[in-house]
Amino acid sequence: MSGLMSFLAVEAVPDVSFTTDANWFLENVWIIPLLPVLSFFAIIFFGKRLPQGGAEIGIAAVGVAFVLAVLTNIAWLDHRDNFDYHDGQTRTHSEKHSDGDDHASAVIDVDGVPETVVLSFAEEGEDAGEESHPSVAVVNEMSWLTNGGIDFKAGTMLDGPAALMLFVVTLISLLVHIYSTDYVSGDRRYTHFFAFLSLFTGSMLAYVVSHNILQMIVTWELVGLCSFALIGHWWEEKPNSDAALKAFLTNRVGDIGLLVGMVILFFSAGGTFDVIEINEKAVSGEISQTALTWAAISLTAAVMSKSGQFVLHTWLPDAMAGPTPVSALIHAATLVVAGVFMIARLYPVFWYGFVIPGSSINGLALIGSITVVFGGLLAFVQNDIKKVLAYSTVSQLGYMVLALGVGAWTAAIFHLFTHAFFKAGLFLGSGSVAHSVHSFDMKNDMGGMRKFMPTTFKTFIICSIALAGVFPFAGFWSKDEILVGTGGFGVGAEKANGEYTLMLVMGLVGAMLTGAYMTRCIYLTFFGEFRGHGHPHESGPRITIPLIILSVFAFGAGFLNFPPGFLTGDAKKPSFWQERFGHFVEPLAAYFPPISHSVPSWWLAIIASVIGLIGPAIAYFYYFVLVDRKANETGEKLTELPNGPTSSIGFLKAGHTLLVNKYYLDHLYQNVIVGFTKGPLSKAAYWFNQNVLDGVVDEAGRSAERSGRFIYRFIDQGFIEGVVNGSGRASSTGGQGLRKIQTGKVQQYAALLFAGATVLAGIFMIVN
Amino acid sequence: MMLNQFLLLAAVLFCLGVYGVLTRRNGVLVLMSVELILNAVNINLVAFGAFQDNVVGDVFAVFVIAVAAAEVGVGLAMVLLMYRNRKSIDFTEVDMLKG
Amino acid sequence: MDFFRDWGLTLLIFAPLIGAAVMMAFPKTDESIHKVLALGTTLVTAVIGVVLLIDFDYDRADEMQWAVERNWIDIIRAEYAVGIDGMSLPLLILTLLVVPLVIIYSWNHFPHPHNPKAFLMLILVLHTGMIGSFVARDLVLFFVFFEVVLLPMFFMIAVWGGEDRKYASLKFFLYTLFGSALMLVSFLALFFLAGAETFSIVGLSDAVAEGGVSRNAQIWIFGGMLLGFGIKVPMFPFHTWLPDAHTQAPTQGSVILAAVLLKLGTYGFVRIAIPILPEAAVVWSPVIGALACIGIIYGALGCLAQTDMKRLIAFSSVAHMGYVMLGIATLTDWGINAAIFGMVAHGLITGMLFFVAGSVKERYHTLEISRLGGLLVSAPRMGWILGFISMASLGLPGLAGFWGEFPAILAAYNPANGVPVGLFRFYMVVAALGTVLAAGYLLWLLQRTAMGEPSEEFANNPEITDPNREEWIAWTPLLVLILVFGLVPGLIFNITDPAVEANISDCLSTDVGDDKASFDVGTCERDGIDAALADLGVAIGDGE
Repeated sequence: MSGLMSFLAVEAVPDVSFTTDANWFLENVWIIPLLPVLSFFAIIFFGKRLPQGGAEIGIAAVGVAFVLAVLTNIAWLDHRDNFDYHDGQTRTHSEKHSDGDDHASAVIDVDGVPETVVLSFAEEGEDAGEESHPSVAVVNEMSWLTNGGIDFKAGTMLDGPAALMLFVVTLISLLVHIYSTDYVSGDRRYTHFFAFLSLFTGSMLAYVVSHNILQMIVTWELVGLCSFALIGHWWEEKPNSDAALKAFLTNRVGDIGLLVGMVILFFSAGGTFDVIEINEKAVSGEISQTALTWAAISLTAAVMSKSGQFVLHTWLPDAMAGPTPVSALIHAATLVVAGVFMIARLYPVFWYGFVIPGSSINGLALIGSITVVFGGLLAFVQNDIKKVLAYSTVSQLGYMVLALGVGAWTAAIFHLFTHAFFKAGLFLGSGSVAHSVHSFDMKNDMGGMRKFMPTTFKTFIICSIALAGVFPFAGFWSKDEILVGTGGFGVGAEKANGEYTLMLVMGLVGAMLTGAYMTRCIYLTFFGEFRGHGHPHESGPRITIPLIILSVFAFGAGFLNFPPGFLTGDAKKPSFWQERFGHFVEPLAAYFPPISHSVPSWWLAIIASVIGLIGPAIAYFYYFVLVDRKANETGEKLTELPNGPTSSIGFLKAGHTLLVNKYYLDHLYQNVIVGFTKGPLSKAAYWFNQNVLDGVVDEAGRSAERSGRFIYRFIDQGFIEGVVNGSGRASSTGGQGLRKIQTGKVQQYAALLFAGATVLAGIFMIVN
Repeated sequence: MMLNQFLLLAAVLFCLGVYGVLTRRNGVLVLMSVELILNAVNINLVAFGAFQDNVVGDVFAVFVIAVAAAEVGVGLAMVLLMYRNRKSIDFTEVDMLKG
Repeated sequence: MDFFRDWGLTLLIFAPLIGAAVMMAFPKTDESIHKVLALGTTLVTAVIGVVLLIDFDYDRADEMQWAVERNWIDIIRAEYAVGIDGMSLPLLILTLLVVPLVIIYSWNHFPHPHNPKAFLMLILVLHTGMIGSFVARDLVLFFVFFEVVLLPMFFMIAVWGGEDRKYASLKFFLYTLFGSALMLVSFLALFFLAGAETFSIVGLSDAVAEGGVSRNAQIWIFGGMLLGFGIKVPMFPFHTWLPDAHTQAPTQGSVILAAVLLKLGTYGFVRIAIPILPEAAVVWSPVIGALACIGIIYGALGCLAQTDMKRLIAFSSVAHMGYVMLGIATLTDWGINAAIFGMVAHGLITGMLFFVAGSVKERYHTLEISRLGGLLVSAPRMGWILGFISMASLGLPGLAGFWGEFPAILAAYNPANGVPVGLFRFYMVVAALGTVLAAGYLLWLLQRTAMGEPSEEFANNPEITDPNREEWIAWTPLLVLILVFGLVPGLIFNITDPAVEANISDCLSTDVGDDKASFDVGTCERDGIDAALADLGVAIGDGE
């Protein structure tokens, strides 16, 4: 029975993964990353001589890239639905796996795939004929390097997630570029700033269209480099360069996992870097479970560092030392989702490696859910507005990883999409505020800003509501989809990938925290009395227009993916305007695992909304009622109750201290691990080098010298010289004796001659 | 005729020559004694040649005579030079190569 | 072209010597003549190098090209046999590139006690030795050139070096000479045991493959070579001469030492030790791998403890050469290609680092890290260059350093037949950990020297300027190549790969450790090679 069903399931997805022949825009996406990279070099070499210091090149390049990205997305829309995979233009990676039987047995081989998953997938294929149309990726490759006699290719691979990311990255990058022309104007390194923004954009775009994992590693590190350079933009001050170093080194720690994981994948997939091939082999079961698990675990380490997951997230808040546009672009919307994107890109590896389907807990989901809550908690004790947003980012990234961990792939990408807009909007908004008060300190330098900066205030509020997940803003749709996707408490049971109840609970707690800390942040920034100095004023149009655009997206982006059955009631027959995002982005092909989509639940949506509002309500009560009243009573500019719960109640105080010290993780990393390595460990190694290893060499040299002296004195001078001199003396003495014979008298010689001849003759005669 | 008689004559001549070479102080006499020795050898060569019926002995004898002539030439020249330098031809006085 | 095919390499080897001889004819005081002559000579060699690059048949990179064979010392069967294949071409070109740049850099920067005539002549003699080592195909010839290199370097350190130059130069000379002695013994043992009546590398390799040398003898001989080449590399724990030599040597000496001389050791492994004695290489590979990994971590820790910039760079060489040795120890295509790439990359990058350190020293008159700082403020372009090469050195993808490290790490996952797989996977993780430490010490160096404000001592010091003209000319090619090789690694991999396959994979093959995770390419090749080995009566992996 199960064999038959999985047979059907596989039949529903034709074994076509990619084509090399498609619309021009889809084939030539390499131009999109190339433009900003060229602009980087142009700015570096010529930027200073241009009237705008190079910003115009950057904006032009990213602008063109944005237009191309939009056109690519349009082309993808058409290609996604109308590509005819029967016309012979396509080719498949592995011919031998084209027969269905092989596939079916392979699918069953994989541990832990429950019958229901396969079943539901088969149903989907049968029910919605349109859905079974495969999403054929477009590949364009060229020879890169030869090794072991095999030619490895470099190239682009365009499918749903890649197209989407092209759009998101170029759009936000363009907005950030425009915003920056005002924000960093007059900066000492204005030109370099734009150069690195360009390089970052180029690397990130190259990352999302990477066609193989080697390219992914390269671009992954390049975005890290740009992050390093931009965090340390004002490197004259040590805290900034410290933050840059910390970001880079923490990411390097995660990169151990990246390298190891990619190496495992390379070999276990039979010596290929190709993303599609690796994914296909993971799906078809050609890669062993062990290899997949190890690869998934290793890669998770990389995700933890890049996407700021708990225990390796500490660099992300510090990274706020960089200019605010950088925080918006890199540390909120794009770079930090690189890890999430990698999971999405290599999803079969994680899907089977962590045995996501049919389970109720796994490493990925656990890390994500812990990050959601722990990151959210940390946001409460920050006084720096950017740090609040940074921890909020950590928390939201936790949602995405959680979603991927529970199998809600589309929800994760959707959240990535919506989060990019509202978080970028929040960061840019905070920058707008900071630009006018010249500080990021909410408690000392802000307050009451709504009066001075109405536009910033409005956009900030819209983005905050979207972040908090209030209906009908963007965050609501994506967060709800994630919560449904967990399948906790049996929600959407027969359609979910498993029953991740713990993740659902953590997600709800996270939703509550999100609203609460954003309420606190808004109160401290925009309400109460102005506590800073000077006369703040609204920012110029180059700052407010990007804010308005982003807040429009923050409001409306959620409508792209109405849950199936929303307002029509029948989840099994989605209407043409429902789930468009999922349809656009999800690779329904042989290189993607058979995930199933949870059925949306009205109940869960309502409960989540209520819980999500409890947090803000409490925070509202505390700040807008209690603190405000107290402030009015005392006439002081208060930011918290003078004798509030965190200073009066024991365990809350302990918790507060723990949070203020960031769970002591930084202490562990900086003082214990780094301190030990830089201090005692390296000194010990060097001591060993100088005194033991070098000592041995020096001692060898010295003893050689000593033994040389010994040999010279006793053996050479004593014995060998003795022999030589002795022989000389002996020959001299002998010569003295023999010279007596030498008389010089001819006749004596003749006598000797004759005597000798006679003796010889005598001997001759005797012998003969 | 017996070979022995020739050999005996040669031996006597040789001994006389050796005696002369070893005892005479006069350089010219030493040279003459050397001639005696050489002629003793010549007698031997010719005698052996005659008794064995070949001419090798005669040929060698002729060679020896020729070489002897040369030797005497050189020898007498040396004696002459010796006399010119030292006003004496006493061989016992010439010992400059003494070790 | 025919002329070059017959005479090109010979010309290449002896041109520097001729140049040095001509220089002898001019008095010491004509400095400009000496500079022009020396530069001209090296440029001639560089032009021949360009001709070689054009004429080289890249489809036959596994064969010796421009090969010449002449009888040399008949009585010991030594031949004058030279040639170039894909394995030696990148290193030869690196040499031909670096030496002219060093001379350009020296133009107005001769170290104390000046004397350009002697200095440049030494560089030219060194040039001959280095070129010869890379093109020799006969062990005696190789050995001669290998030793020719020693003496000029010794004088360079001993005469133009820093304060402690006598100790450093003597240590360098004796230590490496000790290694060469062992190497020579190994060569002779090979000659007599193989009984092939030849010193040619191919001939000896064939003789050993035909079972001419017993397994035990092979292992001993390899051990001798391991010491000889390992000291030159230098491999942990034979590296202690390196920091001293580098610290004391003049900038030019450090650059040549780092860029080319260290590669002679690793080149010896891939050209001589492994192709001739593959069986012994399999036996020794866990040891080499272990020493390489210790070197990686240990070198990095040593760097973290340094207070002197130049000494730090010297220690980083130990770590980087660890990656090269790890690649070699895997005995796979990937590993050895990575090793050769790593050699070139390390040559470019560390050479560049020493250049910059030399220029910093010239401006600040100190390399004490704690006194430096704010280079990006005082000399911004120099600071950017330092940042760029630090990034390259820590193995940032997109720059050359990465392609020496990552493929070596990759290869360690799946080493050759008979090499313990589990152990090498452990090495792989250790090596990956090394990349973090590398980032740590290099970025820390960058932070302390380039970032921040300049200290009061050096603020507004007019001496501290951006690179001058000679420095730009000397540095630009290196910087460009670091970037180009990083983006298009195929430029080197495509050349080395066929040669590596011909030299190394012929005797070894890739094996698979994971049950299902099979490396198809390796498997299909393996059967053939196993059969071939079985025919020869060789059983790799037996405990004997």
